[in-house]
Amino acid sequence: MSTFEFLLQGLVIAAQPMNLFYALIGVTLGTAVGVLPGIGPALTVALLLPVTYRLDAAGSLIMFAGIYYGGMYGGSTTSILLNTPGESASIVTALEGNKMARAGRGGPALATAAIGSFVAGLIATIGLAFIAPYIVKLALVFGPREYFALMVLAFVTVSSAFGDSTLRGLTALFVGLFLSTIGIDQLTGQTRLAFGVPDLLDGIEVTTLAVAMFAIGETLFIAAQGLQGPDKVEAVKGSVWMNRADWARSWKPWLRGTVIGFPIGAMPAGGAEIGTFLSYAAEKRLTKHPEEFGNGAIEGVAGPEAANNASAAGTLVPLLTLGLPTTATAAIMLAGFQQYGLQPGPLLFATNPQLVWGLIASLLIANFMLLVLNLPMIGLWVRLLTIPKPWLYAGILLFATLGTIGANPSVFELGMLLGFGVLGYGMRVFGYPIAPVVVGLILGPLAEQQLRRALAISQGDFTVLFTSPIAAGLLIVAALALIVPLVLRARGRGEVLSQMAANED
Amino acid sequence: MKHIILASLLAGAVALPAAAADYTLMAPAAPGGGWDQTARSLQTALQQEGISKNVQVINVPGAGGTIGLAQFASQQKGKPNALIVGGYVMVGAILTNKAPVTLKDVTPIARLTGENEAIVVPASSPLKTVADLVAALKKDPGSVSWGGGSAGGVDHIAAGLIAKAAGVDPTKINYIAFSGGGEALAAILGSQVTVGISGYGEFESQIKSGTLRLLATSGDTRIPGTDAPTLKEAGLDVAVQNWRMVAAAPGLTPEQKAAVTADIQKLVTSKTWQETLKTKGWQDTYLSGADFDAQLAKDISATETILKDIGLVK
Repeated sequence: MSTFEFLLQGLVIAAQPMNLFYALIGVTLGTAVGVLPGIGPALTVALLLPVTYRLDAAGSLIMFAGIYYGGMYGGSTTSILLNTPGESASIVTALEGNKMARAGRGGPALATAAIGSFVAGLIATIGLAFIAPYIVKLALVFGPREYFALMVLAFVTVSSAFGDSTLRGLTALFVGLFLSTIGIDQLTGQTRLAFGVPDLLDGIEVTTLAVAMFAIGETLFIAAQGLQGPDKVEAVKGSVWMNRADWARSWKPWLRGTVIGFPIGAMPAGGAEIGTFLSYAAEKRLTKHPEEFGNGAIEGVAGPEAANNASAAGTLVPLLTLGLPTTATAAIMLAGFQQYGLQPGPLLFATNPQLVWGLIASLLIANFMLLVLNLPMIGLWVRLLTIPKPWLYAGILLFATLGTIGANPSVFELGMLLGFGVLGYGMRVFGYPIAPVVVGLILGPLAEQQLRRALAISQGDFTVLFTSPIAAGLLIVAALALIVPLVLRARGRGEVLSQMAANED
Repeated sequence: MKHIILASLLAGAVALPAAAADYTLMAPAAPGGGWDQTARSLQTALQQEGISKNVQVINVPGAGGTIGLAQFASQQKGKPNALIVGGYVMVGAILTNKAPVTLKDVTPIARLTGENEAIVVPASSPLKTVADLVAALKKDPGSVSWGGGSAGGVDHIAAGLIAKAAGVDPTKINYIAFSGGGEALAAILGSQVTVGISGYGEFESQIKSGTLRLLATSGDTRIPGTDAPTLKEAGLDVAVQNWRMVAAAPGLTPEQKAAVTADIQKLVTSKTWQETLKTKGWQDTYLSGADFDAQLAKDISATETILKDIGLVK
């Protein structure tokens, strides 16, 4: 049978009424758990995996796919509406999405996130079906030096999320980089900056920092403004649906996000959040409405959300073709497969085509269910914003705390959550951007480890960093991204650029 | 939907017969890893076999399990229904992190599973046998980069033991630690490192499909279905296994300890558990009581020696 026939057969099985029902349950459960700040898709899937064990193989794969996509989407809902990303991959969504929600455009933001996720999931899943073997070859060419070059590029491009002051942006980034050096050094096993506190040995959890900086910091900031705060958050202004302009401005970012997210997700050390950073930076550079970035540009939601979902599908490329779980979620999926005696690996497509195509078909169906469930719910979600502030933010505090405690039941973790919350509040008060701190914490260790691995393999020879064509290419792109704006500015077009910068929040 | 789940949870809690204990099982690692899988497999087997009506798994990730261990020892003291999963990696982590809480502060119950380490090279590698590897190591230890799991873990320890047995200074090995077997596998497949070392299960499907060449495995006997020698057969006096165990809380009375041991024994002989071992590819290395205590003490002192040799523990 050809690829296409296998896929069709899988779809026929997945589209049976009972299986559609399982997909719906999966998406509902996944979304419900996924909206809790601090509970990312990995934990959602781990918590709910036993639910699927009672079903037959097909039913369980389908429910599983639903939980996975539901968990991913749940995180972006709270990011957009409440500025409280539940996991690192939806941090970028909060930047523009929350601004939109405050301006009464939460509906379109949620819609572009849902439809973008759907489009990206659809394309990426089809990509998974047809080009996985080629993508994985490309991913394997990436060694430590290529990853290091990719991280350099990521550092340069995320500077566009810094806001109006480069100095403040860099300060925030270095706070994040400093925090990233705490804990056991991966490469030597030695502890750094832990000062004998056992809870610091494993470093600072990205989710804890993200939830603290965004959710707790935001809550404190709102509370501190008291009753005179600039309150007027309009829940709905205009339609809750996307208008013609929203569509026109969304479809390109969806496609670009997919193209950026899918290969990065397929890389063994990529990570979904890197794709969202790169997508945000790309949209910011390409937009026709630069003045809106920082004030709620729909492209800044559409692109990263698509990238996030595409990279989730990309994660399945090394998992299915190599048996290589590259994220915690993928590792749990691997455990799920083993439940049915499946050993993902190079032989899986040959030995178990029915189940592989069944899974891919399930992903398509789950992706569709997500849209079915969430588009009608948008009107309901947006009402969250009409809840009186004291109740709403008390609720956020409660759920942020619950999520953190649920992921890691430790008093110290809770203390860190509150401590970083105060830091986030302080940074808001003094006008420092929050996102670069989290970005530093994510990218810092990746860049450091890959650089040191590359140098260890070459036994200290620095030239190795430039002698691989891919690494050299990435570094050149990074250099151009840094130099071109400076040249443009020098040639008198600086006015436009500084105008752009001044409009950023 | 939520109400139904809640209600059934409550009903489950109320309907518990007094005889079966409710266990709380700590996996001192993030979801997805080996300990988490062990804990969740235990949870399923204990419940399905009716040994315990209700088993709850808690993940406390961090620092090779030492964070979970410390929390477990202080919070669960004297509780007869608290269990923690652990293993060889924890032994190494306690030593390298100079952890204040060690395995002496809990009540080890039994060793459950074991997995042999596999030494592999990409199919295109010029290294064909263990002898080739030893020759390359002797010529220039730094030129042989080893890709494996976390620093000070069982992969690193095995690499150190191999170098030592081959007469090469273990402090000179060029070990590149990757987070988790997956990332290491990618580096080996992409020929970024010379040789890969990790649990056999991580490499199994690649070995079978011929993209990786298995040079040797680290157990006392060969892995069925493979033709690679054990390290001992290849002339290196090294035998090491990544084993996993279950321990109970500190401060238990002998009767309480005996009750937990009996439950675990019932578990390891059950059909569900034996099937789990088969699907996961774990070897049954069940060992309990005084035999396990003696073996544990032996493993700890051997690990301390090699970690000092590698230079990770001063």
